[in-house]
Amino acid sequence: MRVELRSTVPLWLILSAPMAAIALAFLSCSLLILWTGSPVLAAYGALLRGAVGSPFALSETLTRAVPLILTGLAVAVCFRAKLWNIGAEGQFYGGALAASLLGTGELSLPRPGLVLVLLLAGWIAGGLLLWIPAWLKTQFQVDEVVTTLLLNFVILLGISYLLEGPLKDPLALGWPQGRALVESALLPRLIPRSRLHAGFIIALLAALGVWAIEQFTVWGLEMRAVGANPEAAKFLGIPVQGVILYTSLLGGGLAGLAGACELLGLKGYLTLDLSPGFGYTGIVVALLAQLHPLGVVGAAVFIAGVYVGADTMGRSLGVPTYLADVIVAAALLWMLVCMGLARYRLRWD
Amino acid sequence: MTANPSPPSEAPLALKVVGITKRFGALLANDQIDLELRAGEILAILGENGAGKTTLMNILFGHYVPDQGQVWVLGRPLKLGSPAAALAAGIGMVHQHVVLADNLSVLDNILLGTQPLWHLWSRRRERRRRIQKLAEELGLAVDPDALVGSLTLGERQRVEILKVLYRGARILILDEPTAVLTPPEIEPFFHTLRQMAGRGLGILLISHKLQEVMRISDRVMVLRSGRVVMTGKTAEIHPAALAEAMVGQRLAAVVKAPLSPGETVLELQQVSCGVLERVSLTVRRHEIVGIAGVAGNGQSVLADLVCGVIRPQQGHLHLYGRVLRLISPAEMVRQGMARIPEDRHKTGLIGSLSLWENWVIERYRDPEFSRWGILRHRQIYQQAYTWLQTYDVRGLQGEDPRRALQMPVQLLSGGNMQKVILSRELCRDPQVIVAHQPTRGLDLGAVAYVHTQLLAAARAGAGILLISEDLDELLSLADRVAVLYRGRLSPAAPTHTTTVTALGLRMTGQEVADAC
Repeated sequence: MRVELRSTVPLWLILSAPMAAIALAFLSCSLLILWTGSPVLAAYGALLRGAVGSPFALSETLTRAVPLILTGLAVAVCFRAKLWNIGAEGQFYGGALAASLLGTGELSLPRPGLVLVLLLAGWIAGGLLLWIPAWLKTQFQVDEVVTTLLLNFVILLGISYLLEGPLKDPLALGWPQGRALVESALLPRLIPRSRLHAGFIIALLAALGVWAIEQFTVWGLEMRAVGANPEAAKFLGIPVQGVILYTSLLGGGLAGLAGACELLGLKGYLTLDLSPGFGYTGIVVALLAQLHPLGVVGAAVFIAGVYVGADTMGRSLGVPTYLADVIVAAALLWMLVCMGLARYRLRWD
Repeated sequence: MTANPSPPSEAPLALKVVGITKRFGALLANDQIDLELRAGEILAILGENGAGKTTLMNILFGHYVPDQGQVWVLGRPLKLGSPAAALAAGIGMVHQHVVLADNLSVLDNILLGTQPLWHLWSRRRERRRRIQKLAEELGLAVDPDALVGSLTLGERQRVEILKVLYRGARILILDEPTAVLTPPEIEPFFHTLRQMAGRGLGILLISHKLQEVMRISDRVMVLRSGRVVMTGKTAEIHPAALAEAMVGQRLAAVVKAPLSPGETVLELQQVSCGVLERVSLTVRRHEIVGIAGVAGNGQSVLADLVCGVIRPQQGHLHLYGRVLRLISPAEMVRQGMARIPEDRHKTGLIGSLSLWENWVIERYRDPEFSRWGILRHRQIYQQAYTWLQTYDVRGLQGEDPRRALQMPVQLLSGGNMQKVILSRELCRDPQVIVAHQPTRGLDLGAVAYVHTQLLAAARAGAGILLISEDLDELLSLADRVAVLYRGRLSPAAPTHTTTVTALGLRMTGQEVADAC
């Protein structure tokens, strides 16, 4: 028996690597559950029930997946062109802020019109927030990992100021939150008596759209080429700087859209706990999906399921809900291992 | 060929290889290879790309584990599959693509990994003296404090050899060592090799350059499709027999038919940029103008300039008699220029992208290949498949075309990669062709193919600027040759009035200096 390098990785293996990674993540985390003294199978049973065990659970999981799909796409698109966008969290809040500024009564339009304007505003705000680091990268070779990451804190602190000051809702009993959106700015619910909103459809369409762009358009080809080898891309006549700039508008825009959707679909007013780190989790989603836009949907639903299910697990068995973070992190680590292993094959003589 | 004072057959056996077999999937890369190397001997392993030379070397150095076979070093069996064991046994390998840390000094690069971590003193001064002594003895002059990033490829290679010798190698494996050297550097390099052999080192030289092998080696071994097809003393073998053994058939020499040049298509007027100083040059239709010169005298700048990657600081670029105002790679492509860059891996192709993507990468915006931003996949596949086949890119035959075109281009061999570039550049009947080292690192068959294609393009009406360090290539292809030395270009002289010696002299600045 020998181990040898594959020249190409077949599709079935690319698809089964994440499955194996997820299985291994659960397997390795079962040790932690044993440590807390709970029965492993019962705990995972509770997690599964909490994630997909009932129509309500499923709707909760999908609701949670909406921002994750969009931030995952935001990261995946940028990473594909080797624009290291660590700032999806800031872009998320930027999008939410823009939607909140226009949606609290300043703009009165009939329902679908206002929603579209607000989503677009979120897109533009998020896109511009990534456009700035991308522009600095193309003009002055400023490392975008640093700028996008640090911009997150600038935006969060900026919004924190706004919510304590000019944007504070006087009716919120002193809580730092923005005024409620007008009725016509809200996204409709998809299923009555659940929280699943039309943002889910938007997220799915966005994934399809990104997939189509990457697969069928010249821009997809340009982004792949720039990501794979910028020097060759430049020599071959691809406008590398332009590609980086429009990638930033696309990627940042998707993260901004995530913020706007979460605001319009779920929360209805701007607060600082709008995102429990959706922007950062988006990085995990993108990597778990191997940057494939359709894979992002699956990865986002999985991660959302783990988080939602962990609440049930915590409630029914007393296992700490932090375990969800551990499972997601372990899945990412195992994913890296499985992707490495998928490049090899065993051969029996 | 009288490299060694002592007859090799009496010297102790440095390396013995028995029955090495290595399979990659369906490919038999090495098939029952036997080899003996004596101390003080230079053994050349000759073979085309893909003959299994590099695989064999990688097995010797422990990068690959062979399926069968054994290796003895200085009489002791070698643990296979472990570079550390190979190093400890005294095998030193100098790779074709030098692997050094650019941002460290020469000294640090050599010492890297040799210093025990728990010593408080690194005894740099003593080590430095040892390295300098070694360098002087072998004629490997290089400044120990220079940053490796600032060295030429030839100098980096010297550093690599020093590094290997400093670690106490008794057997030196050199993979295509002259590929990175310029003609004037080769002779001193061979001198160094002989000196090293004279000190009792066993040297394995991998090459596909016949003349060099004939000049430097004591014995030669020819590999073809993973098998040893010929071994013997170099002095007793005729070069033609070697070439035949290598290729498996007789090669027809490239014949150049005389053509009368047409109007000027490409012209540089007093162009200055970087190291280039007031360079003037014209290329006419049906004409191949060669640029000779030692690497680092401005060839890359000249190539980048003509390819549209950089703009001239002074002077003008004319295309078809008009001054080019807008200079960019895309504009050059639009103007009908074909560009064959020096480095296939770095600029010519994008390795992880597929064949079709690489084929269409310069022209995907053409209405033929995309509309409203949507790629017309069917058109692209069809054209790419046809043209890649026309230019004899292997690996496409017999398979479903769509699937074959999805293959990442980095899986192809060097010769096939170059054919992909030729196919992309030449299929649109270019008016101007800029070819920078178009045959570097290619095997004989592929070299002949590239030459034939360039001549055919010239016949069809293209003006060709051929920048090369291979003088034989320039003399056999070019109509006129100019020499680039320290950023200055000599007037292009008709090829039939020049010789290799005259060009070689000018390349070292002798005639140019006299003329000034």
